[in-house]
Amino acid sequence: MSFKILVLAKQVPDTRNVGKDAMKSDGTVNRAVLPAIFNPEDLNALEFALRVKEQKEGAEITIITMGPPRAAEIIREGMYRGADKGVLITDRKFAGSDTLATSYALSLAVQKLAPFDMVIAGRQAIDGDTAQVGPQVAEKVNIPQITYAEEFVGFNGDKVQVKRRLERGVEVLESACPVLVTVHSSAAPCRVRNAKRLMKYKHAKTDIELQELSEDYLKLFESRPYLKIMQWSVEDLNADVDLLGLSGSPTKVKTIESVVFTQKESITMSASDADVNKLMKSLISSHVLG
Amino acid sequence: MKKNLFVYCEITEEGHIADVSLELCSKGYKLAKELKVKLEAIVLGSKIDHVVDELTPYGVDTIYLADDKRLFPFLNMPHSRIVSKLLTENEADIVLFGATSIGRDLAPRVASTLRCGLTADCTSLVIGDHYVKKTDTTYKNLLYQIRPAFGGNIVATIINPDMHPQMATVREGVMKKEEVRTKKTPAIIKVDVSKYVEDADFAVAIIDRHIEAQKINIKGAQIIVAGGYGVGSKENFNLLYDLAAAFGGEVGASRAAVDAGFAPHERQVGQTGVTVRPKLYIACGISGAVQHTAGMAQAAQIISINSDPYAPISQLADYNIVGTVEEVIPKMIKYYRQNSK
Repeated sequence: MSFKILVLAKQVPDTRNVGKDAMKSDGTVNRAVLPAIFNPEDLNALEFALRVKEQKEGAEITIITMGPPRAAEIIREGMYRGADKGVLITDRKFAGSDTLATSYALSLAVQKLAPFDMVIAGRQAIDGDTAQVGPQVAEKVNIPQITYAEEFVGFNGDKVQVKRRLERGVEVLESACPVLVTVHSSAAPCRVRNAKRLMKYKHAKTDIELQELSEDYLKLFESRPYLKIMQWSVEDLNADVDLLGLSGSPTKVKTIESVVFTQKESITMSASDADVNKLMKSLISSHVLG
Repeated sequence: MKKNLFVYCEITEEGHIADVSLELCSKGYKLAKELKVKLEAIVLGSKIDHVVDELTPYGVDTIYLADDKRLFPFLNMPHSRIVSKLLTENEADIVLFGATSIGRDLAPRVASTLRCGLTADCTSLVIGDHYVKKTDTTYKNLLYQIRPAFGGNIVATIINPDMHPQMATVREGVMKKEEVRTKKTPAIIKVDVSKYVEDADFAVAIIDRHIEAQKINIKGAQIIVAGGYGVGSKENFNLLYDLAAAFGGEVGASRAAVDAGFAPHERQVGQTGVTVRPKLYIACGISGAVQHTAGMAQAAQIISINSDPYAPISQLADYNIVGTVEEVIPKMIKYYRQNSK
């Protein structure tokens, strides 16, 4: 029995290291100038998928990402850690997509890979923090969703049981497959790269990457079909271009401001005993303290 | 065209309307008044007649009540079906959800069904116009959805000019809960649940739940001692707990400190944590990214302890103490005790 798991992952700019030229004038992110990383909660999602796979014989994990050609990096990273296959969705026509347009494109890729049993994604990406794409893919594919997942509890016959994190506790949900799960950062961290897998998959390439390689390399490729990372364009997905990119995105960025505080009248002081003593006296006499 | 403003009201574990929903009703009341439209509330749950009394003081015009034992605890499919259909039937123009584990599960699915835009974790909502030069069109009275973006490094104003309803989620504590003086009694519309959901919508079942009583409540604290990445370590955070204990306050943390494992997530202050309005906020080793300041800028007094006197937080603070937590905090405790005797 095969069991097909699709993992949705995103390569994100590392928002913890942002420079001045990070935003373009149209209000979208200038990804070219930022270090790109595997979105942290998508790594939790990959680990979640690997744990499902361990409990299901014949299970197979395909990692799907949408982005510029360089996003193939995270597919290889996923393969080093245990994913079996990869799909890169890339096309200039996707540029500027908001969550609704992105989920439309991803839902087409998911359906192209049907039949599948589980779709697993990180709860949210650190560049947007919206947590919308997972549920929106589920709606478009018309399958149930379990968000904020913390642990794969196990199989109950054909059904899956998933523990989900709430503000004030946890609950265990049971669903038939196919189901979409979004994984929270409180779930298990992803296992590290496996040395054998690194050797096996380090030459995995997309079509775009292959164009830049020598003849010898292409021969290697023919003898090892698992090295091929599938690459799909708008045409391959048979997508309606009006539903993609800026035209397919109902939300528009009206303005972007970098943050300027209105300066208060503030008092700067040293850490000396005298200064701290004075401050404490003043806070106590003004009843802020005590 | 009805063009009304809707608030999805969450039911707490104790069976009441959640604070975040009442806060959104308060904000919604003002926005609806400005737009001259009605404020309508949607409540889904089991045995919820009493919520009418809870919502009435907030100036709600209409309450849609979907009462069915299968609607509590929250499950995505039945809730998203009912909410999507109600919004479509009633031609909603603006819809607000709490940015909670329920709202953030439900709103995106509803937005996808309605093919409309949704902005997550807004810190401000304002009505305004939008002019498009290319087509010489002015869009009147749009909802400006304002939020820090991109890890809190910028503030973005998002609009949805063409596809409505305009939807937004807002975290608890961001808007102010305010009752309004009104003699108005809301119209109650009972929703015939069986017409809105099918058996297939209950494909996901809850098989176990553990709900804990709320433990840490930094939202209600009058004094907050918060630490950032600059605190340096989990051990150094103990100094903050000491100071909070001395002052009778609570400990908060920035996202960077939570990510680094210095403090648990329940203590996170900021856009993706809680919003606080204490009378004193002591920011220790916090640089002042918008992500964080969005959640504390309204504190009455702010003290920053930072070795960098030019960190962005210094612009916001009333007092800037230039130094490290290791040297400053023990002195604060010492002189507080000396002077308060």
